Amino acid sequence: MTPAFLSVRDLHVSFRTEDGVVRAVDGLSFDLDQGKTLGIVGESGSGKSVTNLTILGLHNPLFTTVEGEIVLDGQELTTAHESELEKLRGNKVAMIFQDPLSALSPYYTVGRQIAEPYMKHTGASRKAAWKRAVEMLGKVGIPHPAERAKDYPHQFSGGMRQRAMIAMALICDPDLLIADEPTTALDVTVQAQILDLLKDLQREFGTAIIFITHDLGVIADMADDIMVMYAGGAIERGTVREVLRSPRHPYTWGLLNSMPRLDSDLSTPLSPVPGAPPSLLTPPPGCRFHPRCAFQDRVGGNRCVTERPLLAPDRASACHLTAQQKHTIFIDEIKPRLRHGQEDTA
Amino acid sequence: MTEDPVLPAPREATDEAAREPLLVVEGLTKHFPVKGGFPVRRTVGQVQAVDGIDLTVHVGESFGLVGESGCGKSTTGRLITRLIEPTAGTITYRGRDIGHASRKQLAPIRSEIQMIFQDPYSSLNPRQTVGKIVSGPMEINGIEPDGGREKRVRELLEIVGLNPEHYNRFPHEFSGGQRQRIGVARALALEPKLIVADEPVSALDVSIQAQVVNLLQKVQRELGIAFLFIAHDLAVVRHFSQRVAVMYLGKVIEVGDRDSIYTRPRHPYTHALLSAVPEVNVTDEDTGGRERIRLAGDVPSPINPPSGCRFRTRCWKARDRCAAEEPPLVQLSGNHDGHLTACHFPEDPTTAREEDIVLDPALAALEGESK
Repeated sequence: MTPAFLSVRDLHVSFRTEDGVVRAVDGLSFDLDQGKTLGIVGESGSGKSVTNLTILGLHNPLFTTVEGEIVLDGQELTTAHESELEKLRGNKVAMIFQDPLSALSPYYTVGRQIAEPYMKHTGASRKAAWKRAVEMLGKVGIPHPAERAKDYPHQFSGGMRQRAMIAMALICDPDLLIADEPTTALDVTVQAQILDLLKDLQREFGTAIIFITHDLGVIADMADDIMVMYAGGAIERGTVREVLRSPRHPYTWGLLNSMPRLDSDLSTPLSPVPGAPPSLLTPPPGCRFHPRCAFQDRVGGNRCVTERPLLAPDRASACHLTAQQKHTIFIDEIKPRLRHGQEDTA
Repeated sequence: MTEDPVLPAPREATDEAAREPLLVVEGLTKHFPVKGGFPVRRTVGQVQAVDGIDLTVHVGESFGLVGESGCGKSTTGRLITRLIEPTAGTITYRGRDIGHASRKQLAPIRSEIQMIFQDPYSSLNPRQTVGKIVSGPMEINGIEPDGGREKRVRELLEIVGLNPEHYNRFPHEFSGGQRQRIGVARALALEPKLIVADEPVSALDVSIQAQVVNLLQKVQRELGIAFLFIAHDLAVVRHFSQRVAVMYLGKVIEVGDRDSIYTRPRHPYTHALLSAVPEVNVTDEDTGGRERIRLAGDVPSPINPPSGCRFRTRCWKARDRCAAEEPPLVQLSGNHDGHLTACHFPEDPTTAREEDIVLDPALAALEGESK
């Protein structure tokens, strides 16, 4: 087996704060192959953004401790020198942020900002880089790209700014694109445009994408594989089909159940996950999810409280329930609640 | 925390009472002036945030208002609570026009119309205890409930699923979902008849969002309070509202009962909006029948909206008539009672379409290449 294009092994990221040490990411491992999309889903504070800032080395080294391995195409990133990371950023690895207005500088024209990484990484002349920027703007669907490249970010609408960010991220033809909630700030009709655009550009450029979001609907649309994160660790991983159609972790069940859908049954109230996510300063012992879990009494002994379940490398969920139990609980108790509403459309 | 706290005797909303209009909005308009120029700043334009909308909210009904950012849904909410004064039009609350009522005239009505805000962090005073925040409305209105304000506050905290013992805590000691519950308790303090909830759950995580939606639903049903539920999330609105209005660029373009809007929409924009919602298919069947409409571009500027139908610049059915003539909001043939649509060339009253519509030039080009 050839090693994965991006391989993260047993990653721990912690921050020193006034109140103590926050373990934002605690023992995370995953792989991503070239040209594939990994969707990372989780609630705020689950560690999904921190993981990806760490890949690019964008954390503050004064307050952050990083342990574990991040290997991108054979190169170890956690110990890499800043100058090496600089060569990667915007070149081999690019990032799209949630809020395109704060990610673009108001002082420079859009075209100049898009051209900058190209000039830096390829050594192209200003003129050639500008030409390339205009070409990219056209590719992401900005009408009259030659004129609009001379505009400043405030003259662009929200959707156009996000398109400009995508153009900037893809100008050096990166192998890995990290998209951190790229459509959360956008309206649904614009979100749909941007998601379609990303998919089409991925097909054209063959880029691997890490797509971070809290919206399972967006993930279902975009990703090949899903990783569900909770309180700093991955609790379930698998293909989109596996995770959404036969989920194996009580938290994933809770997420699917609490999400209102356009076809869900209206006669019953939503079933939320009780309680709130734990503090990462003092995470609960054993399974991080056990204080909110309705199924811990089906696990023998006190294992949920004493022993932290681990995620096996293949298709798996980090839960002490046996595979058989997970299967029967999902089929008998969870699925009937998800399926309703489907009958009347059939 | 108790899951099912005892609620005061519910005010049964009979069918007859449900038909009784609580709030009637007619021709409601709000234009904000745009100032510019030097050295003397003058008004150079008007942002037509809300431009002549009609709405009716019945007693005890939950009414949803959906639309994308900048469509005027929040401005409508602020006009109805009279946080701002309308440019034109009337807001009739229980038979009285409150559109231009003075502060004094509004005082008794203010206690009957309450608001829940989007951001549970900025809408609670960080220097006040929960007890003080929730009893604030009673204090201002000089209301002394039986057994004292503190007892009433503790009751309210229990209704919204918070521990009454937390009376003396400060907002920072609570999580986002719990803070939103405090906001709900405050809105309930004066036993209002109408609550305007402006994006009450969009700042919360999915698992917490469902908790708050359920709470609002319980309050609405058991206390018989009418809700104007403003949100951009179509699935949440569908769960909460009996009737729904869709807004686009300051206009209501379609309004009707929930079923009509979600399963038989007639306005092209409503179709596009519904098809744009990313959905999880949790069942084994490959339905694949969901229509896919990709609109081009963004919402036009409300300073200089398109003539005629405001949606025509992004609409695939637009013809000359759409630019010349503004479509009225009327009941089309084939619509259910009370389902009104503002379109010259409405869609057939069916659920799905045959082919996809892609209006985005970049996507169309990319799809053309790949073929």
